[in-house]
Amino acid sequence: MELTKGGSIAIPGTKEGETDYLTLQTPENALTKTLSDAIQYARRNSIWPVMMGLSCCAIEMMATAAARFDLSRFGSEVFRPSPRQADLMIVAGTVTKKMAPVVGRIYDKMAAPKWVIAMGACSSCGGMYNVYSVLQGVDEIVPVDIYVPGCPPRPEALIYGIMQLQKKIGREPVF
Amino acid sequence: MATKRTIEMPVESIESMTLNMGPQHPSTHGVLRVVLHLDGEVVERAICHLGYLHRAKEKHAEHKTYHQFIPYTDRMDYLAPMSNNTGYVMAVEKALGLEVTQRCVYLRTLLCELARISGHLLWLGTGALELGAMTVFLWSFTQREKIYDIFEWICGARFTVSYMRVGGMSREDYPEWRRMVREFLDQYMAAHREFETMLNGNEIFLSRVVDVGTINGKDALQLGLTGPALRGSGINYDARKHTPYLAYEEFDWEVAVEDRGDCMARYLVRMKEMEESWKIACQALEALEKTQNERCNIDNPKIIFPPKENVKRSMEDLIHHFLLASEGFKVPPAEVYQAIEGPKGELGFFLVSDGGPKAYRLGVRSPSFINLQGLEKMSIGYTISDVVAIIASLDPVMGEVDR
Repeated sequence: MELTKGGSIAIPGTKEGETDYLTLQTPENALTKTLSDAIQYARRNSIWPVMMGLSCCAIEMMATAAARFDLSRFGSEVFRPSPRQADLMIVAGTVTKKMAPVVGRIYDKMAAPKWVIAMGACSSCGGMYNVYSVLQGVDEIVPVDIYVPGCPPRPEALIYGIMQLQKKIGREPVF
Repeated sequence: MATKRTIEMPVESIESMTLNMGPQHPSTHGVLRVVLHLDGEVVERAICHLGYLHRAKEKHAEHKTYHQFIPYTDRMDYLAPMSNNTGYVMAVEKALGLEVTQRCVYLRTLLCELARISGHLLWLGTGALELGAMTVFLWSFTQREKIYDIFEWICGARFTVSYMRVGGMSREDYPEWRRMVREFLDQYMAAHREFETMLNGNEIFLSRVVDVGTINGKDALQLGLTGPALRGSGINYDARKHTPYLAYEEFDWEVAVEDRGDCMARYLVRMKEMEESWKIACQALEALEKTQNERCNIDNPKIIFPPKENVKRSMEDLIHHFLLASEGFKVPPAEVYQAIEGPKGELGFFLVSDGGPKAYRLGVRSPSFINLQGLEKMSIGYTISDVVAIIASLDPVMGEVDR
């Protein structure tokens, strides 16, 4: 998003030197944009994920949050244990049929607007585990915005997924 | 006028409160669910509910060829896949009656010890994070990333490696890689001392772990605990020393044992173990340098895949490659049990073969699952906040618990 930096918007028809009270003066350090854009800007740069580390992918998720890959560069490092404080659910790992109701409940408890990233092959489609106990993709219970492939995906892949989600949020209408 | 009534309520009849912890809880290391029966804040019972990560691995083993099952072992104890790989392929090799080369033994030893350091580093980082120390988490992950790089440069994957093969390795090591390992080992001990400085004298950390979750040696043995959970209670048992495998007999190292049996003892055992692992890794790397001109894989094309460049040139190798990939190799009827000392404890593979290319039954003795039985014994009489420290000190990996 391009933000226009502060300045004055001159009303046509006023003479030079005349004090024009209609001229909208904005200070130098202010940004002007539509409210919708401003909300989108704030939303997509502070996506707080809920802790949903289920299995192996959780380790890569932790590695993404740690010093080398430093997820905080993208405003998403604040992993919240409570779904009430989170905007994003990174489903990192295999969702079993026993775990599925819990995942669904945690998604329901998140405050809107909320997004879901299915991280890894297991949560995208069941992955290596086509068996009786494993849900074949978390999209059977929650709506998924971004699928990140890999078993497990590298931290770079997860970061790319989050960047794609940021783009997606930028396109979503606010009102 | 209403008469004032007093309700007689003996203290014994007050019901204990039941509190559900997990399966989505920041300090249960994944999807463990513990139902706590509480008297005030004191734990009366702690019942583990498992199965939230049951992926039917043992069933998979019956439907996959021996080579195809190797990736599934990665995802059991996903903090140290190298040692799971090693345990599984060693079980298959035992059933086949196969001897691997000396160089392969050294390489496996080195990788298993690096995996142990990596697994313990994650325990250290998350364990300290749960007790309120953020810095250790970031520092330990910095070291873990270096080990990930080492794994990546030898097999192409960061931690789901699938590197071991029955009879050898998927590819051999090379001088640049050994230099990389050397560089890691050279700087590791300084970082290890930093971790110790952060925690050993840390008042907050000590008050959370000293005399918390005490279990005596007799109980620990009866519950079948292994690994640091057992050695923290003063029992000197380590599969690497007592049922030697790989090259552990050749190297000079000690088993870490502490007597106190509390969370602090388990912490000290793991820290000591990381030092010992570093020692073993250094010696294994030297042994690897000395044998660098020898073969790594066995010379048996019926078992191990031929090099890819040969497949494109030689008819014979192409046939072997095709047969191994499509059908796999057959293992004569046998029942074997092979145990190794994984980072969490004794990791055993019980393999029953009926002579076909797939296992008839594969049972896994996973240390995390059995160590978790000790949770109740350790938690009774301590508070809810201590349960967090106790789970951290047991270090269960749910992928291995539920399998």
